Amino acid sequence: MPWLRKLVGALVILGAVGAVAGWLLSAPVRLDGETLAKLGPGDAVKGKRIFYAGGCTSCHAKPGSQGDARLQLVGGLALKTPFGTFVPPNISQDPKDGIGAWSVEDLANAMLKGVSPSGEHFYPAFPYASYTRMNPADIADLYAFLKTLPAAAGKAPANSLGFPFNIRRGIGLWKLLYLRDQLVVAFPDGTAGPVMAGRYLVEGPGHCGECHTPRDFAGGTKKSEWLAGAVAAEGKGVVPNITSGEGGIGDWSGADIANYLETGFTPDFDSVGGAMVDVQRNIAQLTPEDRAAIAAYLKAIPPHPNGYPARKKTAK
Amino acid sequence: MRKLVIAISMLALAASAAFADPILDRQGLMKERGKIAGGLAKVVKGEEPFDAAAVLTQLQALQANAEKFDADVLFPAGSDTGDTTAAPKIWEDMAGFKSTEDKYLADIKAATATAPADIDTLKTQFDAITSNCGTCHKTYRVKKS
Repeated sequence: MPWLRKLVGALVILGAVGAVAGWLLSAPVRLDGETLAKLGPGDAVKGKRIFYAGGCTSCHAKPGSQGDARLQLVGGLALKTPFGTFVPPNISQDPKDGIGAWSVEDLANAMLKGVSPSGEHFYPAFPYASYTRMNPADIADLYAFLKTLPAAAGKAPANSLGFPFNIRRGIGLWKLLYLRDQLVVAFPDGTAGPVMAGRYLVEGPGHCGECHTPRDFAGGTKKSEWLAGAVAAEGKGVVPNITSGEGGIGDWSGADIANYLETGFTPDFDSVGGAMVDVQRNIAQLTPEDRAAIAAYLKAIPPHPNGYPARKKTAK
Repeated sequence: MRKLVIAISMLALAASAAFADPILDRQGLMKERGKIAGGLAKVVKGEEPFDAAAVLTQLQALQANAEKFDADVLFPAGSDTGDTTAAPKIWEDMAGFKSTEDKYLADIKAATATAPADIDTLKTQFDAITSNCGTCHKTYRVKKS
């Protein structure tokens, strides 16, 4: 039956072409020279602000550490998600276990492109899908600040992921779908400065959308429900809606939002909780102007109803 | 028939009195705690004038509230389901849960013992006390709505 042989042959060729195309499309892409040229010399003082805006310690500090010990960036926190368990690595200045041997270009490729120095994809649990919106000069500043932090030995355990998520190369296809360096919310010309400054902090280094925005079936954030709140990726519960839509924080003033980020208390004096505790403590290190900018942005973005299903009322 | 209805309602009443709802009790206690702390926060932020006597009264109220917090009574086994935001972690690590509460109470007692005479002292004490709120809620509460 020659037609069957032809069909099989065609399928084999099609499969091979698909595999080659998939392989090529999923290749890690590094930054171009033009972007790298914008890195500049880097300023550690400015970098400290980026460090706290970026919330590096939330995942990379030793779990359970307090105060200055949080600057020992040994990693090791276990993030249990439906994809498996992600373990943030050591990003201290240790040259062997950490990133002490990285160049500023290495850090820029990691944060803006999600590519490691050895040319592998990072998993987007490392929120480069947000960091990709950052200015290269801020990465150089952050690099300079990281250089002032201690080296701490010790490798964090490896990720523990199920098939197919354990195939790193597959992340290349995810990046094709979701890795965009454009900012999310468009504002008309002449929008107030603080709103625009807040947009950069929230959508870029602050990576608020990573937890506060619901994701689609393939794990990309839904821009149509930006910051509408979501089922928590980790553990049980939800991450609140921080737009002014129903269920959100429309009844909070800008000053309420800024105060929450500074002190950890809501207008009715409930306290910050969950993973937001570390985030809030980081944002408290920023200036009042930065917190006011974040608040101005959150008051200006499109309102959405809750991006997670309503809580089931249990019968008593 | 009427007698039956009355009997049933009395039974129901007795039952609800015997099994006071620990979820409602602990939520009430936390709401009161937030209200007192919120009042002190206004003084710390300078929105209300510093009055040493009034501040001490509020700190003592905070202490009385914290002393009422008995984890064994308020978080009995089985009270992890229902209309609650208490995290399962409480029952997995009851000792850790109790120790965060103990530290909170100790920080309040330190403040009431010194009776802050100026706003700067109050601020230091208040920050120490309220840093426990986030520390506890980070691990032992789950946001549900």
